[in-house]
Amino acid sequence: MHVVVVTKSTPDTAAKVTVDASGKPTWTEAMVINPWDEYAVTEAVLLKEAHKGQATILTVGTEEHNEALKQGLAIGLDQAARVWDDALVGADSLLYAKAVAAAIQKLGNADLVIFGKEFADLGSDVHVYQVARKLGYAVLGSVSKIVEIDFAAKTIKVERMLEQGKQIVTSKLPAVIAVLKDINEPKYPSFIGIRKAAKAEIPVWSLADLGLDAGTRQTQVSAYTNPPKIEGEVEIIEGASAAEKAAKLADKLIEAKVI
Amino acid sequence: MDFLLTEEHLMAQKMVRDFAQKEVYPTIKEWDRKQQMNPDVLPRMGELGILGINIPVMYGGQGFDYITLALACEELERVDTTLRVVMSVHMGLNSMALLQWGTEEQKQRFLVPQAKGEKYAAFGLTEPNAGSDVAAMTSTARREGDVYILNGEKMWISLATKADNFLVFAKTDTHANPAHAGITAFIVTKDMKGFTAGDIHGKLGVRAGSTGWFAMENVEVPVENRLGEEGEGFYIAMSCLDNGRYTVGAGAVGLIRACLEDSIKYCHERSTFGKEIGKHQLVQQKIAYMQQWYDAGRLLILKTGWMKNMGMRNTRETSMAKWYATDMSVKAALEAIQIHGAYGFSDEYDVERYLRNGKGAVIYEGTSEIHQLMQAGYALGYRVDRPIRCELPAYDPEVWQREVVVS
Repeated sequence: MHVVVVTKSTPDTAAKVTVDASGKPTWTEAMVINPWDEYAVTEAVLLKEAHKGQATILTVGTEEHNEALKQGLAIGLDQAARVWDDALVGADSLLYAKAVAAAIQKLGNADLVIFGKEFADLGSDVHVYQVARKLGYAVLGSVSKIVEIDFAAKTIKVERMLEQGKQIVTSKLPAVIAVLKDINEPKYPSFIGIRKAAKAEIPVWSLADLGLDAGTRQTQVSAYTNPPKIEGEVEIIEGASAAEKAAKLADKLIEAKVI
Repeated sequence: MDFLLTEEHLMAQKMVRDFAQKEVYPTIKEWDRKQQMNPDVLPRMGELGILGINIPVMYGGQGFDYITLALACEELERVDTTLRVVMSVHMGLNSMALLQWGTEEQKQRFLVPQAKGEKYAAFGLTEPNAGSDVAAMTSTARREGDVYILNGEKMWISLATKADNFLVFAKTDTHANPAHAGITAFIVTKDMKGFTAGDIHGKLGVRAGSTGWFAMENVEVPVENRLGEEGEGFYIAMSCLDNGRYTVGAGAVGLIRACLEDSIKYCHERSTFGKEIGKHQLVQQKIAYMQQWYDAGRLLILKTGWMKNMGMRNTRETSMAKWYATDMSVKAALEAIQIHGAYGFSDEYDVERYLRNGKGAVIYEGTSEIHQLMQAGYALGYRVDRPIRCELPAYDPEVWQREVVVS
């Protein structure tokens, strides 16, 4: 069996992200593995251990994304690969998905591709579905549990957490899944894993290595701006009784057109 | 000269930080109030490999260097001193002594399970009436055939009721001159007949930890549990302190960082006189000092760690680092409380705990006064470190990471 986790480094969730004077987003704190991917990595390690298979961690991005790959190796995945090419600067999700799909094909024999629920920095999961489409694999989002997986029979049964409730779905492998926090308790890196990760030489594949052409982009980011500053004010409503205070508050709210 | 930490150092540091912050921090106040140790702490530190972090893989450890130990201690004490205390006694004062002085058989029997986290270890030097004055100890060990009969009482023992193995010092010769030449070291296990232990409550700080006493009444300790030679105990104890103090100093650096980080956060949150308090110059002065203490303390500790890695004697440097970092951690905690104002005086914020916890470390493992005497002694030429029979082995990554013992 071969499980592939697709990841990226994102700013730490505690970091303060701002757009600087040159129009570039910047943040305090170091990059960390996309928080959702901690669950994807842990699930891959658990599957690998249970089924004596192989697990790979993959990213498309600049060198700073090695952080996420090394974290995956330190937690227990077997190998890592990174795709990068200058033609990918500012890539949209479709070009990103093409690169991921081509890299998965280059790795070969993937039975299961695991994503975290979304990329925390972009707040988007569209790439999950695009990658699945490019690969021609089934796709299962919002997975809260792998109920059964049979790599020999090429079947998977998962529990999906939906707004309507839990849904049990079976599918054929290979498949792409996107996992939720409920799926496991993220593992820490082991010290042996850390040593392995620190020594690992991670191959970097260009678009040419993947037989891809960047082509024309469907969408392009033209500018980043800081969100408008929200200025708040606190006013204490005074009054002799609760009823008087409530009446004054209601008047104020009507005046402010809140109600 | 190289001040860069390696990728391995940084990843190990982050792993320990994540553990401490995610698993210990959320409930630390409750355990501190209860004056009990969170029962998950020791098993989790064992499972994650922290209890064997700098012990060679062939002895059940993780094969990292001595600098990693300091980084781990900094991260642990950033969250709570009691976590670092575990490393001081289990690793610094006990496991590293086995690595340094133990026979191969002793390493297999005691160090391997300790490094794997299957057994917890502690250290018994201090007595109710013998602290800094080590040679005044009254515990005795009388040889009878293949065993020593140990009697005496030890006090202020971290993990007294949690540890399985104790490195205990007792006098095999009560008339030796000088008195310290009569001290011998033994490995005593909690299951030995005549060994009893208990907790001490009502401490100012390290309340989420375990501090206690143990008593030995005619405890029969086999000869093969003697660490080093008869009469060598004092030198073993002092070498243990070179390692224990290193962990205490490294932890104190973490405590200064805790004071600094919490104060910076509060400076941005709290406003007085129409501006956030970080804009007030007298508050800025406190922040600047805390940053200075952190930077200086950390440099002293990491230099000591580097010396340990190189196999250089570091008694003088360890003493300096421990003295400086612990003294400054108490000052940093006082300043952090001052910055937090009345809130800092209550346990709504963590800074009052930092002060209570930090105060212990200027007393144990050499009071600040002992370190001042040592430093003056070195500077004036009154004190010189003589070579000891077994030095702490230099860090050799190849040996440390080798999987099996090559015979």
